[in-house]
Amino acid sequence: MRLDLLLRISSKIFLPFIILFAFYVQFHGDFGPGGGFQAGVIFAAGIILYTIIFGIKKAQKDFPEKIFNYMVPLGVLIFTVTGLISLSKGLNFLDYDALAHYPKHGQHIGIIAIELGVFVTVIGSMVSIFYAFVTRGKK
Amino acid sequence: MSSAIYNFISSYNYYIIIFLMVSGLFIVVSRGNMVKKLVGLALFQTSVYILYISPGKILNGTAPILDDGYSVYSSPFPHVLILTAIVVGIATLALGLSLVIRVNEEFGTIEEDELFDNELNNE
Amino acid sequence: MNEHAPALVVMLPIIGAVLIMLIRHNNLNWSIALLSGISTIYYSIILYLNARSLGTISYAMGGWEPPVGIEYRIDEFNSLLIALIAIVSFLILIYAKSSLNIELKKNKISTFYSMYLLCLGGLIGILSTGDAFNAFVFLEISSLATYVIISMGNDRRGLLAAYQYLIIGTIGATLYVIGVGLIFIITGSLNLYDISIKLGDIELYRPLLASLAFITVGIALKIALFPLHAWLPNAYAFAPSVGTAFLASTATKVAIYLLIKYLYLVYGFDLVYSNQIFIFVILSLSIIAMFGASMIAIFQSNLKKLFAYSSVAQIGYITLGIGIANYNGLIGSTVHIINHSIIKAAIFLAIGCLVFSSKIVNIDQLAGLGKRMPMVALCITVSSLSLIGVPGTVGFISKWYLVLGSLEQGWWVVVFALAVSSILALIYVGRIIELIWFHAPVVGMDSENKIPFEMLAVTVLMTIATIYFGIDTRLTGDLAKIAVENVLLGEQL
Repeated sequence: MRLDLLLRISSKIFLPFIILFAFYVQFHGDFGPGGGFQAGVIFAAGIILYTIIFGIKKAQKDFPEKIFNYMVPLGVLIFTVTGLISLSKGLNFLDYDALAHYPKHGQHIGIIAIELGVFVTVIGSMVSIFYAFVTRGKK
Repeated sequence: MSSAIYNFISSYNYYIIIFLMVSGLFIVVSRGNMVKKLVGLALFQTSVYILYISPGKILNGTAPILDDGYSVYSSPFPHVLILTAIVVGIATLALGLSLVIRVNEEFGTIEEDELFDNELNNE
Repeated sequence: MNEHAPALVVMLPIIGAVLIMLIRHNNLNWSIALLSGISTIYYSIILYLNARSLGTISYAMGGWEPPVGIEYRIDEFNSLLIALIAIVSFLILIYAKSSLNIELKKNKISTFYSMYLLCLGGLIGILSTGDAFNAFVFLEISSLATYVIISMGNDRRGLLAAYQYLIIGTIGATLYVIGVGLIFIITGSLNLYDISIKLGDIELYRPLLASLAFITVGIALKIALFPLHAWLPNAYAFAPSVGTAFLASTATKVAIYLLIKYLYLVYGFDLVYSNQIFIFVILSLSIIAMFGASMIAIFQSNLKKLFAYSSVAQIGYITLGIGIANYNGLIGSTVHIINHSIIKAAIFLAIGCLVFSSKIVNIDQLAGLGKRMPMVALCITVSSLSLIGVPGTVGFISKWYLVLGSLEQGWWVVVFALAVSSILALIYVGRIIELIWFHAPVVGMDSENKIPFEMLAVTVLMTIATIYFGIDTRLTGDLAKIAVENVLLGEQL
């Protein structure tokens, strides 16, 4: 653990930028290339990098597995609730026009909300899969 | 002769797709190792991604971003579909691998021949 | 909210699944599942009534009009099946609680309910969507949930069965999506209704035929049509009883509907049935399924496996009707989708009761069951008799229509095959009935657990349904007639 000083320092430097880039991709999903799936994978890659460098024990202490297990259904819930809001406004399921006074604004908000749901689910499932495979056999 | 070459070159993407498809399916059928089977399955699915994406490319077309300088765009539609298919593929692969891990824990082997002969078929 | 029923029938089970995963409370998960099940039934019935009164309903998902957006297209046929699946799966859910407590580890139960509802949502999605690729996504959602359900039981061989099904199921879904890709390249559209219009003036016959072949084989893997059925017996045998009952009564039926939809509504009757080889393949495979699978079933010792092979044979009857392809044949298919769903639910629920009370898995353990558990024994007897097609049970109705259909075509061979395969069914069912009623009980096989009221009630209800719908065909036969007349043969009549 002591010998990989270079790796640990450089990953510490990179990590905030990886997370920041994930959020950049997430919040520019409505204008440019990007979106929840890519952002979620980048975010999860950051956590996986952290786990590889600092070990599974420390990673699971800092980012408990339980959170990620709950993130998977939570993201789907965000997605469906967005759809149900459209329903409650009398428009079709997932019709983003219902989310604001002007349809165009509604589309922006809708895409961000949907992508947020995807983002949460993807982080949750990616890290859960990773944790599940890494911790297997050590119990 | 030259028309045969022209035909081949103008639709070479389909030859790649067919090669990937058949080799993936062959791995699934011929290998007894459960992980190798999943690798073949992933290859098989990859061929479908290319099947969808390659016809979406239009010669001289740019990326589908609106700009005054360009009028010909490649179709973004297949990419959207394939993003979904890739996610489905990931889910299948992850589930398959986790099943293999559980099988290994329970039976101590992941060779299909031994497992299926001993467990499923002798009753 | 009623005009949004097409979206709600798909989303309600999925919301239920998500809530169960989030809450993970052992006392609440059953209630949440029941709640989402009953609300799905409510909206599915509204959907059916709307489809009857208004004709085909087109629902634009997200407000994007078809053919650009994803369209949910509800007609009298698929809304009938949605209602069927919602009702059957709800009844199985009532039954599930006690059975799962015995058959599953405690920490897996909430995941099971979640997967059950996710699978239900996926299946309803396949039925209701009018978009080829969307159907693939729902196919995979339901399949992935199915793999998890199969692998969950206490029998470790469930893992192998799930793995086997995962490989075969993924190949099937991928072949399906290749076929859809070919159609997409030919027509540039994914909306099934739009495709069916555009295919009318397509001159490229070969790619079209290739896409038909890919889609048919892909879906046939999911249906478990005879040579492609390898996954089904193991999957049914080693899944938890609730899972088996659910899969047997819903999953294959939905895949059959998808096949019917492609053959009749997308490619169209003329294109498919002008191709003699296609009919020949479907017909001969169905007949081989009726014989072969029944023959294998005779030699099975595992109770669930026996009825799983019988399922393969019964699927042969359904595809036979598709192959016969006239009015009566199609009604036979449609009625048998409904009837077989009820019969198999009844049988597998009864077997679940046996597993619950005394861990019976093999046929010889059935000896003397009539004296020990008369109620369950009666249920198994009656529902197996309807598998054969004894007059007065539902099986008779579907076989009647199939015979009528093949007589109209003048295919005496098919009629003969139907008769012989019924005799084969009589052999394996007769063996069970003989063991149950005419043998002395095995010593030391006393029941350990008393079967709870709700398990027995659901099983008896399903069994009564197999008789009731055999005598009074107003609900099944007539609705199937309406579905076939208005949807499948709409243009011909």
